[in-house]
Amino acid sequence: MATPSNTVHDIAIIGGGLVGSAIAYGLRDKARKIAVLDEGDVALRASRGNFGLIWLQSKGYGMGEYSRWTFHSVRQWPRFAAQLRDETGIDVALEQQGGLTPLMGDYETEARLAWMQRLMAQPAVEPFEWKLLDHRQAADLVPGLGKDVTAAIWTPHDGIVNPLKLLRALHTAFQRSGVSYLPHHGVQKIERISGVFHLATPRATIRAHKIVLAAGLGNQGLSGQVNLLLPMAPQRGQIIVLERTRRLLETPMITLRQNDEGSWLVGDSQEDAGYADHVVTLPVLATLADRAVRTLPALKEVRAVRAWSALRVKARDGFPVYDQSATHPGAFVATCHSGVTLAAIHALTLAPMIAAGELAADLAPFSTRRFHVQET
Amino acid sequence: MSGPDEMQNCDLLVIGAGPAGLSAATRAAGLGLDTVLIDEQPAPGGQIYRAINSTPVQNRAILGADYWHGLDLMEPFRRCGARYIAGATVWAMNRLEDGGFEVAHTTTADHQAHLLQTRHVILATGAQERPFPVPGWTLPGVITAGAAQILLKTSGVVPGGTTVLAGGGPLLYLLAWQYLNAGVKIHSILETTPPGQWRHALPHAWSFLRSPYLGKGMKLLRAVRAAVPVVTGATAIEALPGPGTGQLAQLRYSAGKQTRTLAVDQLLLHQGVVPNTNLSRAIGVDHAWSERQDCWEPVVDAFGATSVPQVTIAGDGAGIAGAIAAEHRGCLAALHAAASLGRIDDKARDHAAAPHRAALARATRGREFFDALYRVPQALRRPVGDVIVCRCEEVTAEEVRQAARLGCQGPNQMKAFLRCGMGPCQGRFCGLTVTELIADEQGRHPREVGYYRVRFPVKPVTLGEIATLPQTDASRSAVVRFKK
Amino acid sequence: MFRRLEAGPSDPAPRTVRITVDGAALDCREGDSVAAALFAAGIPSCRDTAVSGAKRGPFCMMGLCYDCLVGIDGRPNQQACMTKVREGMAVSRQMGAREVTI
Repeated sequence: MATPSNTVHDIAIIGGGLVGSAIAYGLRDKARKIAVLDEGDVALRASRGNFGLIWLQSKGYGMGEYSRWTFHSVRQWPRFAAQLRDETGIDVALEQQGGLTPLMGDYETEARLAWMQRLMAQPAVEPFEWKLLDHRQAADLVPGLGKDVTAAIWTPHDGIVNPLKLLRALHTAFQRSGVSYLPHHGVQKIERISGVFHLATPRATIRAHKIVLAAGLGNQGLSGQVNLLLPMAPQRGQIIVLERTRRLLETPMITLRQNDEGSWLVGDSQEDAGYADHVVTLPVLATLADRAVRTLPALKEVRAVRAWSALRVKARDGFPVYDQSATHPGAFVATCHSGVTLAAIHALTLAPMIAAGELAADLAPFSTRRFHVQET
Repeated sequence: MSGPDEMQNCDLLVIGAGPAGLSAATRAAGLGLDTVLIDEQPAPGGQIYRAINSTPVQNRAILGADYWHGLDLMEPFRRCGARYIAGATVWAMNRLEDGGFEVAHTTTADHQAHLLQTRHVILATGAQERPFPVPGWTLPGVITAGAAQILLKTSGVVPGGTTVLAGGGPLLYLLAWQYLNAGVKIHSILETTPPGQWRHALPHAWSFLRSPYLGKGMKLLRAVRAAVPVVTGATAIEALPGPGTGQLAQLRYSAGKQTRTLAVDQLLLHQGVVPNTNLSRAIGVDHAWSERQDCWEPVVDAFGATSVPQVTIAGDGAGIAGAIAAEHRGCLAALHAAASLGRIDDKARDHAAAPHRAALARATRGREFFDALYRVPQALRRPVGDVIVCRCEEVTAEEVRQAARLGCQGPNQMKAFLRCGMGPCQGRFCGLTVTELIADEQGRHPREVGYYRVRFPVKPVTLGEIATLPQTDASRSAVVRFKK
Repeated sequence: MFRRLEAGPSDPAPRTVRITVDGAALDCREGDSVAAALFAAGIPSCRDTAVSGAKRGPFCMMGLCYDCLVGIDGRPNQQACMTKVREGMAVSRQMGAREVTI
């Protein structure tokens, strides 16, 4: 994978996780020389810490545009998955038959119902179908649903995909379309010299006409170098993975799902734990397990084969950031914590905007300018 | 039924009841530490002295004096006053604010999770067999030599029919010798040690000649070679299934310029042992690559202290050195624990340590010779083609190599791409191979490639068991986030 | 195939335990692990894998490899090498991924 030192790429994407890879994939036929710069094996790799949900119903509370953006992505997913399968032969196991948020008891139900109503009442939201189900209706979708789950929010738009297959499919597509994937090229410094970006990495300096900062939590250190203010707050989430079983659960829940290979994911926590993604903590695992057993009692005897924690890539207000630097035109930033849900729109809508050199006007709410307002 | 209210407390928790753990617990209790010894097996002895209190093979000539020496550790342990929890698997540990640990374990018998609080932990979890990935190694009919030895020790069960032992390392010959003593017929031993490898071992021969193993070892070797055909320099070992049976039926191998195929009933594989590092890794102990033994070892000082305060490692889990060395390292670890808990001062510790250091030096004399002699050839650490590398997820060598060629950065990305290491064995049988294959394809050193990131639980445990552990307000608000 | 060593003069008298394996009666010895009992009975394979349906049997005998998974008294995916036989125990072949019984 040696890059001749006089190469100037059309676009260099900093970050080979789900966001960077989806954008690179979307750019593959819109630019000739594309490079994806990735770090090493043990970095803060949020893309590996992924529940694999394609999820609409919980997004955009506080920013209606985010719900709208998510809805667009969710509707583009079937086309995106088919395209990936046709190009790479990899089936990312998309299942989009609807999803549930399980609720236990009146307090949770009332709280969540009010929340959904406020979410949908926001002006920028594009309305989508959703329902409050009672236990019996939810149990029709989830065989063996625990009696503690007294209600659930359902929408037909939600679903799951296999995030590891997705990442693999994207990386396979790189190979096929000549996108250079460069691991161990963590970017330490960005400079702009005569209109060309110079990215200093431990291996080599990579040069490009345009760059996309898609380095997840790493964006925080890089964005300042192109004068984009991007305050980030890592948020830890812990997940328990159960052994493979025969397929039982077809309707994913936000806290429990079974993937195409038969293993189960139990989630998830939201914790302020700095950057400690190398540990799992017993009390949180206990709460996750307890909640999961109450959601689906039959899982009591199923074994957890591993647990992991990962850091969600969150801007301080929790919403995505898409922007182009005013002082360094050609330097874009793209960051979000729903790399799976938004992969479709990143590939099919955002990438073309980057290729064209300008983000569409309706992405304005996602720009870094919203942080300027907060600073002053 | 016990829950969080019944949490046990102790000064020292020793995990693993092999020679290191037994010695450590006995010594620590003797020094006045409130000690608990916990082990997965139903009885003490670890693997090397497995079933020593219950083996049906009572004729001592069969298993040999080195095995029966294990009895010397039992009585002192029984009398020392330490508590003993058998049939229990440690699967997680939490650091407490006072510097101690909360240790979660599950008893196999009642499927209950329990918590134990301790101020210091000694890991004595020992070794495991090095993976030996050859074509067909997953077929029924193929087991490790260690497994065969366990069958002999625990139940007096031995192979019948045509049995071949293949690989290298002292255990292979020890097992063959034990089989001979028991009247078990072995068809042949295929030695995979490359011809001429003894030349690499020669520089260490002097220390080997002065070692306690020499006399015993030579006698054992001679007895086996007199009774069992030995094929040296065996390569290209393949276990082949019978048509449509999915079970071992034939063995193919090459030696010199010849390739042979023979019908076999049992293939026993062994190419050395390596430290079992999953628990030490999950705790956060630093590990380093051992050039001498081509495996990962926790980084420990002369007492077994690690990079994690109040965590000490004794025995083969700290680096392969054998059963006698493990006893002395167990004592050293106990002395260190006692000193770090303020029971004895450093002077007393060092004074008591001195004879164990001397004994340890004697017990490990000659090991470099063995390590060099039995160094596993690269071809057997770095398989190709259809050979299964990850037994649990059935990922092949070629799949791993291909992903490495595509630029996969390391074992963790490999895991994400191919699922290798995601099964219930938690990477124990594939981790080393995956590291070596990435190293091979990318021209990097295994030390630089690294290993899987290991987190708790270090043994699979049921969701229901995890759910019985105590929660906190913080954990509840981190998970259940609906608010009016 | 495996067999049992004949008891020697100093060996304790073996106590028989009867279990069933996929419904068929099997006599084994008190103190046997389920895995040892299967080997002694000439049964080298105890499961089909969840991934490909390949046959597997106990491999390491020390609780690490998880190849010896069987059903024990209706509980799927139990390690045969870590479970001692008990009178009346029902052992069943683990065919692929385990069921989740609602």
